[in-house]
Amino acid sequence: MTEPALLSVEDVSVDLPTPRGNLRAVDHVDLTIGAGRTLGIVGESGCGKTMLSRAILQLLPKKAKLSGRVRFDGQDLVGLNAERLRKLRGRSLAVVFQDPMTSLNPVLTIGTQLIETLQEHLELDGLAAKKRSVELLAAVGIPAPEQRLTQYPHQLSGGMRQRVAIAIALSCEPKLLIADEPTTALDVTIQAQILDLLAREQRRRHMAMIIITHDLGVVAGRTDEVAVMYAGRVVERAPTPALFKKMHMPYTQALLAAIPKIDAAPHTPLPAISGRPPDPTRPVQGCSFSPRCRYAGAQCYREKPLLTAAESSAHQYACFHPIQLAGGVIA
Amino acid sequence: MLGFVARRLVYLLPVLIAVSLLTFLIASLLPGDLAYVILGDQATPEKVEALRHDMGLDQPIWWRYLSWLGHVLEGDFGRSFRTGQTVWQAVAERLPVSFELMLLAEIVGIAIGVPVAIACAVRSGSAFDRFMTGSAFGMLSVPTFLSAILLIYLFAVELRWLPATGYVPFEEDPAGNLRFFVLPALTLALAEWPGIMRVLRSDMIATLQEDYIALAKAKGLKASRILFVHALKPSSLTLITITGINIGRLIGGAVIVETIFALPGLGRLLVGAIYTRDLIILQGVVLFVAGGFVLMNFIVDMLYAVLDPRIRHGHA
Amino acid sequence: MATLELSLNEDVAVTPVRRVRRLGPLFWAAVTWTVFILAAAAFAGVLPLPSPTDMDMLERRMPMSGLHWLGTDGLGRDELARLIHGARISLTVGLCAPVIGVTIGGALGMLAGYFRGRFESLVVGSMDVLLAFPPLILALAVTAYLGQSLFNLTCILGVLGIPAFMRVARAATLTLARREFVIAAEALGATHARILLRELLPNVFLPLLAFFLLGVAVTIVVEGALSFLGLGVPPPISSWGSMIGEGRESLEVAPRLAFIPAITMFLTVLSFNLVGDTLRALTDPRQGAL
Repeated sequence: MTEPALLSVEDVSVDLPTPRGNLRAVDHVDLTIGAGRTLGIVGESGCGKTMLSRAILQLLPKKAKLSGRVRFDGQDLVGLNAERLRKLRGRSLAVVFQDPMTSLNPVLTIGTQLIETLQEHLELDGLAAKKRSVELLAAVGIPAPEQRLTQYPHQLSGGMRQRVAIAIALSCEPKLLIADEPTTALDVTIQAQILDLLAREQRRRHMAMIIITHDLGVVAGRTDEVAVMYAGRVVERAPTPALFKKMHMPYTQALLAAIPKIDAAPHTPLPAISGRPPDPTRPVQGCSFSPRCRYAGAQCYREKPLLTAAESSAHQYACFHPIQLAGGVIA
Repeated sequence: MLGFVARRLVYLLPVLIAVSLLTFLIASLLPGDLAYVILGDQATPEKVEALRHDMGLDQPIWWRYLSWLGHVLEGDFGRSFRTGQTVWQAVAERLPVSFELMLLAEIVGIAIGVPVAIACAVRSGSAFDRFMTGSAFGMLSVPTFLSAILLIYLFAVELRWLPATGYVPFEEDPAGNLRFFVLPALTLALAEWPGIMRVLRSDMIATLQEDYIALAKAKGLKASRILFVHALKPSSLTLITITGINIGRLIGGAVIVETIFALPGLGRLLVGAIYTRDLIILQGVVLFVAGGFVLMNFIVDMLYAVLDPRIRHGHA
Repeated sequence: MATLELSLNEDVAVTPVRRVRRLGPLFWAAVTWTVFILAAAAFAGVLPLPSPTDMDMLERRMPMSGLHWLGTDGLGRDELARLIHGARISLTVGLCAPVIGVTIGGALGMLAGYFRGRFESLVVGSMDVLLAFPPLILALAVTAYLGQSLFNLTCILGVLGIPAFMRVARAATLTLARREFVIAAEALGATHARILLRELLPNVFLPLLAFFLLGVAVTIVVEGALSFLGLGVPPPISSWGSMIGEGRESLEVAPRLAFIPAITMFLTVLSFNLVGDTLRALTDPRQGAL
């Protein structure tokens, strides 16, 4: 990258004390994203991707311990003064959570939840804020936006609620939007619409975006770069086309293979990955994926592989037995 | 919304009727012939018989109940044979006192309980939280009359800042009136704030863990706004319930405090009526108080619907 | 789209480990005090104390001394003796009245929660009606008309406790009645009585016990309040409440006459509350502050 990254996550680890011992949710993760670019973070449940997003936003639970640096727009967010952090959030840094039914306040109107963000950061007066809210709702594709202002979240459908959440996130023209599983809680038919909406707005506003998901299919064609996480670490990272063309880490391949293909014969068994992700309170010696990997060798059980570059420095993986594969394009 | 109100009303009516029935039965079935009591030492069998007939006491009980109920629905609760006052007059005289006491007590109780609850919820688990929660628990074990004599001892006997007993109407002397109410209201408030605080605290702790609070923080809203608008509003439902129930309970129930501090309220009126066997007053005022309590609960239910739009629209 | 959702919750931070409420020193202190005061009351007759009713007009309001450990009251009676005999009265009423409440209320609650339907609505509705009446007034009315006696007082306080116990028993029964062991018993042909007594009662017992202890605390307070006003236990019987009421008159001269029984009552009420509350938290952690 030629210009300095907008967001730079440097050697971030998150530890959580639990009654069963220390839990390392995020393990020495490095990530960067440039202005106007899209990054997809993919991984199973429990791989630490949500913890990572909370770490970036500095919204970790009280007991969590964060180490490393999170540089955003030139400032290190870790240990930043609370008031300055507050001014950044919502304004330059925005987030969309997974379930709009729980992320929107049920006893406040849509209008209130939109307007308060505008008034806080842009200092608009009531009328201007209202007008802008209506514009935002229209921009995210909500019909009859004026009426929505006085409605409550439970009066809207799931897809519409998520659109509202997106409108709130976009309201102050953020430089970076983090979308944490934005479509997981929605109907399949709505998912594509929401993702397209996000992509469209991202392009229009030249906004950087991080999409966090467990589904590789979501990031295909919609992101510039993908980082695959497993057990708290980044195990493969590449520009999206390169990833799909040539995967190196067996886990990534398995993720891809597990997506059902629309043109497969009926009753084709889904090749699920056997086993389960490791218990984060008991770290595995060696590569975390080794118990489930069919290529695992003796070295894999002993040492942890570090991220090494593949053909181009933009493509990195952490594996002792990378596969040389020409993967297919997702239907 | 209308359906919601209608359904609640349907439940309300049988309860009110049952309350009136029970009130009447209590007053009527108690031993002591009313006619004898009224006539006192002028009682002769003929006079007693005549008076009983006049007052309709020789009619069957169900007739007497319906007759009384009929009068009540017309607004005639009866007249005390001791003082000659109608129940309405007696209530009108005493209600403002009880009401003022209850209002002040509840206000002070909330003024103590709510900030403590919020402070504890935000610092949940800290030493401060544990101390305040412990204090609230301990306070609940202090009977009202104990707080009363403690406060009297401290402020009236030792420091001599405030009067121990007495009352003057607000219209006559607002400052004096409030002075007389400080100790009684404080006594009641000390008993009220722990309940309010505990309930609001646990409610807020739960609310603060919700996703929408996390999003509010992520939106960069001010902490005060997050606390008082995003967190307090959903939690306020429980607060309203508690307050409503307390108010309903206190109107007739502050007997101890009214007696200790010699305030001429409804509680003392009732106690007096029991002692002078003034059954008309007893019946009327108990109906008023009990009925008021039931109505208060009804109002609280309505407020629920106003505050939580999900209930209004039939969700949740 | 395929998912690889496995059982591990994404929210790894909060692994809910059931926090066992450890019985801390406060709990044991409360138990100790309770046992102590119960023992003192029980053995009041055999303790080497002067008689609580012996008046000595020459020794009125004497401060604490070797002869009278807690001094004497306004009529020359030994305070310590009065305190312990007063404990007897307060604790007798305090323990017996909730027994009425828990048996009748508990039974009603279990039946209501088990049989449901109209019977349940009737029971719940009646309790709501009863709850609408200011309890003190009810107690006063009954004692005033039926006469002030220890028996009457205990009975009315017991009756006033019925709605609360009914609620607890019903709530516990409602959650239990649908569990497998009940359905299994039904399938095996058990009668209602058997199910209620053998399956449900043992499980409802603990929450009721916890509530019983809380009820003791409340009863001591209510009896104390009534006796304080002279409207509770009939004189010359004196409970802590009447002692405090009498002590009120000597507040300026000898405040300890009011405060010693007050502190004793407070400690006892607090202890019962602590033990009852801890028990409640252990047996039914989901039930919030009642």
